[in-house]
Amino acid sequence: MGLRDPTPEGRFGDFGGRYIPETLVPACEELEEAFREAWADQGFRQRLDGLLADYAGRPSPMTECENLSTELGCRLLLKREDLNHTGSHKINNVLGQALLAQRMGKTRLVAETGAGQHGVATATAAALLGMECCVYMGEVDIVRQELNVFRMKLLGAEVKTAMSGSRTLKDAINEAMRDWVATVEGSHYCLGSVMGPHPYPWMVRRFHEILGSEAREQSEAILGVAPDVVTACVGGGSNAIGIFSGFVDADTELVGVEPAGGAAVGRGIPGVVHGSQSYLMQDEFGQVLEAESISAGLDYPGVGPEHSHLAATGRARYESVTDAEVVEAFQLLSRTEGIIPALEPAHALAWVSRDRASLEGRSVVLNLSGRGDKDVAQMMDILNGEILDGEECS
Amino acid sequence: MAGAVEIALRGRCDAGGKALVPYVTGGLGDDWTDTVRAVADAGADAVEIGIPFSDPVMDGPTIQAANDRALASGATPMSILDQVDGLDAGVPLVVMTYYNIAFRAGLERFAAALVDAGVSGCILPDLPLEETGPWVAAADEAGIETILLAAPTASDERLSRVCARSRGFVYGVGLLGVTGVRAELATGASVIATRLKQLTDLPVLVGVGVGTPGQAVEASAAGDGVVVGSAVVQGMLDGAGPTGVGDLVAQFRAAMDAA
Repeated sequence: MGLRDPTPEGRFGDFGGRYIPETLVPACEELEEAFREAWADQGFRQRLDGLLADYAGRPSPMTECENLSTELGCRLLLKREDLNHTGSHKINNVLGQALLAQRMGKTRLVAETGAGQHGVATATAAALLGMECCVYMGEVDIVRQELNVFRMKLLGAEVKTAMSGSRTLKDAINEAMRDWVATVEGSHYCLGSVMGPHPYPWMVRRFHEILGSEAREQSEAILGVAPDVVTACVGGGSNAIGIFSGFVDADTELVGVEPAGGAAVGRGIPGVVHGSQSYLMQDEFGQVLEAESISAGLDYPGVGPEHSHLAATGRARYESVTDAEVVEAFQLLSRTEGIIPALEPAHALAWVSRDRASLEGRSVVLNLSGRGDKDVAQMMDILNGEILDGEECS
Repeated sequence: MAGAVEIALRGRCDAGGKALVPYVTGGLGDDWTDTVRAVADAGADAVEIGIPFSDPVMDGPTIQAANDRALASGATPMSILDQVDGLDAGVPLVVMTYYNIAFRAGLERFAAALVDAGVSGCILPDLPLEETGPWVAAADEAGIETILLAAPTASDERLSRVCARSRGFVYGVGLLGVTGVRAELATGASVIATRLKQLTDLPVLVGVGVGTPGQAVEASAAGDGVVVGSAVVQGMLDGAGPTGVGDLVAQFRAAMDAA
């Protein structure tokens, strides 16, 4: 028994719903109906499973980190979503939505992206299925994730710059929604996280449940029992909800890790933006605050509604870590295990490292949601002088 | 019982005219309340006052820019409503904002604040029919007319439910897209007005993409009038001031009266 379906109104407890302009309501209703049909259709599921296996490379392995476990004093296992095609868990959701969009007769995918991983995954699926693709990305993120911008263009996508507000993920979502309001008849909005109006939080979670069920089976094969702790980073929260879904019925502690500058659950209060009610960083008047994080993928002031529900009911808890702790964790995994993580899952590792005393002797499954290639240039700037100096050949 | 907005718009229509509702961004410049009075004097039947929100997904570049400028100058929902109080425009006032502004304040408290400021109606473009329940309960209780948007993508069945729940007037969305001035009026403007007129006795106004006096004449032919937002706000952004913006609205009024 995994996570529960939302109510017919798309509610997880008090959270969720469908707060969008009237223009988009019929499209969301149509999407919900199409998803329910497709999910119940063996043909659709086989096509998706086939692509996930033969195109994306699923199942992703689970790696036990012997070196790092020794250093930390816990038993650390990594779910290797970084090894998927396109370099992150994002491909699971995108292949599902792209196949669904095609089934609905849509010819164009619109997406937002923060770090660029969802944008690259969407551009990839569009290339594979012969669809048009338009990705919105904040101007700030375009600068810090230059490589992913190039990848998207190489894959045939149009990349549009979001110039409003904080010029990061939040604003890219605004622009993508504005695009969809104008193009709703032929376009599908391929939302990249477990947020937005119903059915997105639920549908995107279902597309990521595969990683949770794999992780459950793999971790039990290694440990003999379910792990003590499952942890993952949380921006919108899609990789976290994916892995949580596999352990929600186990006696396992679920820990989401947010960036200190974008801790919607930790610092937010209930609000409504981007289609759903959830915890939100906002001021006393309801203006949404700008998040601030080293990681473009987590640089978001909100969180998916099901996470708010899990937090409110106490089934999961949410910690936050600072940018400096993330930079440490990024280097720690690289140095001890030969795995360069994306900055996003480095947040989860930063929490494990910081709280190692309370985790001593326990088993921890961490969702390594993406690989660090995209972050290497940014980290080189940050670390230049720190690790490069003094290592010049004499 | 009809509220002030509905009565004002019906008054214009019953006299054989077409209703004109301009939109003014609250908190934009020091003289924005003068602009509200100026557009009322220029022949507006009601005035929409935008309370800026950080993430206005239904708005195009012009209103986004106005929002950003107003917020940067320190405008808040409560500072704007304080200025509306005692504004005495002589026509009903309608607030347009996004749901989180009302939600954060508390729905009853926000509705009461509107009433205290002398506001008659409210438009929340990210609150579709299914989610209106808690807000309209508070608004109805306070006597605020909640105007709903009616979209071109909706079936007639949905449109009739939207019309049944709308108060003041029905706001027909004139095109697929966000607010902003376009070179030509979308054909959708007449289509949505015609569809809505067959479904409701409430005044039917068309907005989104109505940016020139000529477009206003065309868009109000099938319905009862228009909402003009970005064209007015662009005037404010360009520094036309209350007099200049008033003159612009007078041009809309004259064209609509001459048609």
